[in-house]
Amino acid sequence: MTEPLIRPKRKDPLKRSRQPTLPPAWRSRTAHVLTRVAAEGRFAMQFCPACEIYCYPSREACPQCLTADLIVKDAPRDGVILSETTVRVPSDVYFRERAPWRIGLVHLTCGPVLVSHLHGDCKEGNAVRMSFQIDKAGQAVAFARPKAETPFMSDDKQWREMTADPKFRRVLITNGRTPVGQEIAQALKAAGASILFVGIAEPWKPFPGEDALRGIEGIDIVPLDVSDEKSVFDLAADIGGKVDILINTSEHIRAGGLFDRTGTTTSHVEIGQVYMGLVHLAQAFGPAMRSRGADGTNSAAAWVNILSAYALTNWPKFGQYSAVQAACLSLSQCLRAELRPGGVRVMNVFSGPLDVEWFQTLPPPKVAPRALAASVVRGLKEGLEDVFVGEVAEDIRKRFAANPKALERELGE
Amino acid sequence: MKNAPLAEFASALASGAVKIVDLTFTLSPDFPMIVLPPEFGQAMPMRIQQISRYNDAGPGWYWNNITLCEHTGTHFDAPIHWYTGKDLPNAALDALPAADMIAPVCVIDCSAEAAADADFLLTVPAVEAWEARHGRIPERNWVLLRTDWSKKDMRTYANLKDDGAHTPGPDAEVMRWLVHERGIIGFGTETIGTDAGQGVHLDPPMPAHHYLHGAGRYGLQCLCNLDQLPPTGAMLVTAPLKIENGSGSPLRVLGLVTNGT
Repeated sequence: MTEPLIRPKRKDPLKRSRQPTLPPAWRSRTAHVLTRVAAEGRFAMQFCPACEIYCYPSREACPQCLTADLIVKDAPRDGVILSETTVRVPSDVYFRERAPWRIGLVHLTCGPVLVSHLHGDCKEGNAVRMSFQIDKAGQAVAFARPKAETPFMSDDKQWREMTADPKFRRVLITNGRTPVGQEIAQALKAAGASILFVGIAEPWKPFPGEDALRGIEGIDIVPLDVSDEKSVFDLAADIGGKVDILINTSEHIRAGGLFDRTGTTTSHVEIGQVYMGLVHLAQAFGPAMRSRGADGTNSAAAWVNILSAYALTNWPKFGQYSAVQAACLSLSQCLRAELRPGGVRVMNVFSGPLDVEWFQTLPPPKVAPRALAASVVRGLKEGLEDVFVGEVAEDIRKRFAANPKALERELGE
Repeated sequence: MKNAPLAEFASALASGAVKIVDLTFTLSPDFPMIVLPPEFGQAMPMRIQQISRYNDAGPGWYWNNITLCEHTGTHFDAPIHWYTGKDLPNAALDALPAADMIAPVCVIDCSAEAAADADFLLTVPAVEAWEARHGRIPERNWVLLRTDWSKKDMRTYANLKDDGAHTPGPDAEVMRWLVHERGIIGFGTETIGTDAGQGVHLDPPMPAHHYLHGAGRYGLQCLCNLDQLPPTGAMLVTAPLKIENGSGSPLRVLGLVTNGT
């Protein structure tokens, strides 16, 4: 049975912070098939359509017919643990610091046998539920969990290394003025976050939902205007060493492409609020988070960006908005690379139009802020990198993967 | 002897017989801005981006880039700011006569009325009552409405409710009267805007903007320290930036006060 996590005591200020170490990172380009799968929380492997077999580990050709025409196909998650091994004194520094560490051989019902990290509640001979996880080095690894929920299952030491579970962690939500920010605050509180810092820009301006937000137990309303460099650095000076999960909810949603907007003021504002906001937050909070990636139970764990699915391909009706989202998507990849040495993951949550005022004239389906918040929590608990929320985002993802040029034409019609 | 008035002025400054009062808020990123319906273009608040501060971006020097609206913080409104002044000659800042940048000032203290009613409106009878005590407002004088609004915290200073801002200002008739019957050079307030928070509901809407700028006169807003000015006898120094075709400008507003008045 999993030992429940104990709420961490305040840190001894005389103690040195452990520096993050990482598990082995190198993978072949072919192996990154699984990185993509793990990033989205899918369980898929290479598959040979001719032989109808799954192939693992990733390879260039089918081991039976030698065709190079392997596809990636979702696979059933069921498997049985053939054998387990407890590594007590690993030579690798990352695993040595976390030893003993359990791994095992899992026979998948769909064929392959793979080496997997094991949840503490999984024993030899058990049927398990498999997943590919992004580990601290950003690489896909196999992980076996019990098929049914066990007590305190998500508190498992090895599982927690693969996720960014909010339990007992301190969270900064950068904009609490919006329905999205407020729903995420409620959801993170329910998920066990210990402190919720919620940023409020222009505190002299009232906003809907303010009383309910202030009423959440454990909430700490902080002054934060992400478009203002000084405001962001001032807040980081105060709480930068205590932010374990940063959720960037800053937004500026305005319709319009190029020709139907008068002047460039709105463009400057959306770049200032959204793109420069991300730059300011990353420069102010990123370095401290990177250095705190192995800082005990409440180590820095994740950075979350709320993005539009139209970051992938421009939607001209919201053309400049899409462009700024695309810039943020690009910058998030830079941020992910720069946070990786600390083992801090960057999760991008993509949604289609939200059910909020600025998308008022659009027909359904629209994403409820509450559904978006639930996806943020699910993504953190599952350790995902790319989360697509709602039918529109999922549709965009599929069409983009199939033919980006077709998607561009279709969105422009 | 030709320089005698200025020499006298210099010695009055040196002796403290004339003191200088700074009527300006600090230009800071968190100072409230005018709030328009969000579908309109918005004024940018003050933003300061550090270029260097004795660091690798500039080892020996500190400086910043700034971005802001012409109407951010304590600022000056030129006639071209409002449609009523758009066709006037010399309506923009770069054509502003230098002679208009120093002028006498009358200060009407309505701090008690504003404390009692956030929507207090200055009226002609109220100004006539003030004139009964202090004399007729001379032509080409500034008129400043003292409300002590600048002493409030930022939230009550902006005082936004679900039907918009509630801050004191002038009614429509008093603005027409001050401009056309008294010939003032401009009108200034402590609040965000020369008009009342609910001024859009007056007739004409935003009467301070309407009448002042329609007659080529000026506005000042977000002033502070008006309680340090006497009702009459002080001078204002109001030199906005010389922005090409500018509609307004942040500026340092100085009040020159004879000590003991």
